[in-house]
Amino acid sequence: MNFLYAAYAATWIIHICYLVILLVGYRRVRKQIEELRRGQ
Amino acid sequence: MKRIFTVFALLTGILLSYALYEALIVAPTEKTMGDVQRIFYYHVPSAWTAFLLFTTNFVASVVYLIRRSAAADALAVVSAEVGVVFCTVVLVTGPLWARPVWGIWWTWDVRLTSTLVLWLIYVSYLMLRRFSTSGETPVLAAALAIFGALDVPLVYFSIWIFRTQHPQPVIGGGGSIDPRMLHVLLINWAAFLGFALLICWSRYRLEVLKREVEEMQALTALLQPRSSR
Repeated sequence: MNFLYAAYAATWIIHICYLVILLVGYRRVRKQIEELRRGQ
Repeated sequence: MKRIFTVFALLTGILLSYALYEALIVAPTEKTMGDVQRIFYYHVPSAWTAFLLFTTNFVASVVYLIRRSAAADALAVVSAEVGVVFCTVVLVTGPLWARPVWGIWWTWDVRLTSTLVLWLIYVSYLMLRRFSTSGETPVLAAALAIFGALDVPLVYFSIWIFRTQHPQPVIGGGGSIDPRMLHVLLINWAAFLGFALLICWSRYRLEVLKREVEEMQALTALLQPRSSR
């Protein structure tokens, strides 16, 4: 059972990590857009 | 569009929860392996989804080479990146199943090795896209993607062609499966496909935004008066 739970947990940890990377990417792009707007 | 995304995300969340319930509670317990066999409901759909994404990357790369379409190039990056995420799941859940069943975490078997090679090819594709500063990067990446895609059928058909320790395919191969298990497997695949589509959708939007920002930054730098540079 431990291996089963480890596999399921690992799957979601990998997906959640990628979602966090996506969120960080979005935040960075939004910040860049705001900087560009301020510069205009 | 935002509303469709929210509704789709909600439906995918429900389907993923239902698929998890089916995999852990409803699916019958396999006689020889016991509960550890349930890893199969995450491992196999992840592998199929990764193959589909790498095939999308191949098609998008060919379209890019023919038409030089920016949308095809963006789709190629997105599908490769999300494909690598799903392939990572395959490479992590595989050994977690193998340890209690085979008694080893890893063996240099054709199926396992070719999957690792596939993962390495697409990681190198992403590194090329991330770190190369050449103007020809999309063309080089598209060429690499076409060669990389050759490994997808090799991974899939390796268990038919070579003698391997990996179990036989459950659909269209020498393996057989209980219809109730097949039902749970297909539900999980549908759920992971929906999830992959959602991630690709978000990542594609991010890629388009990134490119627009880069263009704007280049334009702003060009329009800036010399004295202020």
